[in-house]
Amino acid sequence: MPIDRDEVLHIARLARVGLSEEDVHRFQEQLSQILDYFQVLQELDTSEVPPTSHVLPLQNVMRDDEPGASLPSQEVLANAPQREGDFFKVRAVFEE
Amino acid sequence: MTTPTAIDYEVVIGVEVHAHLLTRSKMFCSCPADYFGAPPNSHVCPVCLGMPGVLPVINRRAVELTIMTGLALNCQVPPLARFDRKNYPYPDLMKGYQISQYDQPLCKDGWLEIEVNGQRKRVRINRVHLEEDTARLVHVTTPEGESYSLVDVNRSGIPLMEIVSEPDLRSAEEARAYLTKLRQVLRWIGASRANMEEGNMRCEANVSVRPRGSEALGAKVELKNINSFKHVYEAIRYEVQRQISVLQAGGRVVQETRGWREDLGQTVPQRSKEYAHDYRYFPEPDLPPLVVSPEWVEEIRRRMPELPDARRQRLQDYYGLSEYDARLLTESRAKADLFEGALSHFPPDSRRARAKTAANWVNSELAGLLNARDLEWEDCPLGPAALAELLDLLEEGTINTSTAKVVLEESLSSGYSPKAIVEEKGLAQIGAREELAQIVQAVLEANPKAVADYRSGKEGAIQFLVGQVMRQTRGRANPEAVRELLKEHLSRA
Repeated sequence: MPIDRDEVLHIARLARVGLSEEDVHRFQEQLSQILDYFQVLQELDTSEVPPTSHVLPLQNVMRDDEPGASLPSQEVLANAPQREGDFFKVRAVFEE
Repeated sequence: MTTPTAIDYEVVIGVEVHAHLLTRSKMFCSCPADYFGAPPNSHVCPVCLGMPGVLPVINRRAVELTIMTGLALNCQVPPLARFDRKNYPYPDLMKGYQISQYDQPLCKDGWLEIEVNGQRKRVRINRVHLEEDTARLVHVTTPEGESYSLVDVNRSGIPLMEIVSEPDLRSAEEARAYLTKLRQVLRWIGASRANMEEGNMRCEANVSVRPRGSEALGAKVELKNINSFKHVYEAIRYEVQRQISVLQAGGRVVQETRGWREDLGQTVPQRSKEYAHDYRYFPEPDLPPLVVSPEWVEEIRRRMPELPDARRQRLQDYYGLSEYDARLLTESRAKADLFEGALSHFPPDSRRARAKTAANWVNSELAGLLNARDLEWEDCPLGPAALAELLDLLEEGTINTSTAKVVLEESLSSGYSPKAIVEEKGLAQIGAREELAQIVQAVLEANPKAVADYRSGKEGAIQFLVGQVMRQTRGRANPEAVRELLKEHLSRA
């Protein structure tokens, strides 16, 4: 199942990944191969199998609404590449 | 040839409301949810910071408040609900995705009844789902022209409920009625503070117009980032007129996002995030699904208080109040509780007879005093026992209406009980006839002209004399009793 060049560029854009021309080519091939493999899986008759979103037989895992301690501010910001006061500083969100 | 007639346009509005739920901790971690006014990044942990390897755990109370909201909005609660990842790259999302609900929300297919100009109408609710709020961004541009953004993660992970209406609203007035009613219900059941100015309730309106009779929907404009009911109402009114003008001029309405500029009194196009909305939702693998049993739903329903419309009806039926009075009393649950709480201090067989007076004091005098102090009913310092005491003092004639107003205000400010205030300040009415008679006699002697006027047929002159007596008693007399006593004295030669 061939994936076209535009599809690869669209996915790269959603993932915020920059691709070279060579990358686009390579991923076009690889993604196509992956989808081809799913074609094999598609051959299985799953009409009797309910859609499975989770593989573990768990449900209703919840906690009580009890507040606990947060992280100290110094630890929160310890790995921030850039900060201003107690804020994380990031590149401008709106590009002019 | 026919003269072209002006096309009549129909307005179509759907509303999405986001509300913070009243939980103590966040949606998927135990960070405290009371971040309002806290220093930036003081209410965060590895989970809400989106650190690698952490696992979210669902806050049970948030789920239950969402289900309760669904029940209050007459929704279905499906037996299975699931969380999904909504992917988009934006710095307000620490993980690069928001945990939300896509095709299996907690509640769906409900309705809320509104009333506009005496017309009742059911607005269909499409769904109520649960998600997490995002971080707060502060956009900065320095005088040197450098632009950057600051991130405060405190708000990230606060339980956020989204309530989506069907496009059933036909005017700005209906949209306002819907929002007001929804806010009343959310506060009533304790699901949310639902305060737009505080940012714990947000509203987006999808507005379009179409020629009346047409089934197709016109291009819709999304009104966003508006921070009060008043502005939502104004923005919708403006937007409706703008779209009709565009169409009448032969133009085409552009589908876009617009905001409200209060200073201009206009909606203006907003820069939207430049990527296409391609969220690639998929089931959240870190959160097992929620199986919502009928028993669980019933348990939540049992915990739900009597809803505003039902309570209004009961106040009318049980106490014989007018719809107007009952509607005002059920503005908020705290107000209705205060009213009924005060009545519960009276003997059961007298409650119905005294309900109207109690309603008047709550709806006008007390409402006015709270309003002047910018207080909500939830924060009213006067309790039901104190209100009952005040009403008793009035009923038994210890104080008159104008004194009662003074006592009410004093009680509200000082927190002292009405009885204590009346005793402390000697405000009890002068009931003793002899004491009042002395004052009346003195006033008559001091005002021979008014006395002569009255006797010569100017009956109005008695009003002046009543006023003089009231002044002498510092308002502590019953004006009707004073008038009677004056007449009695004046009729003696």
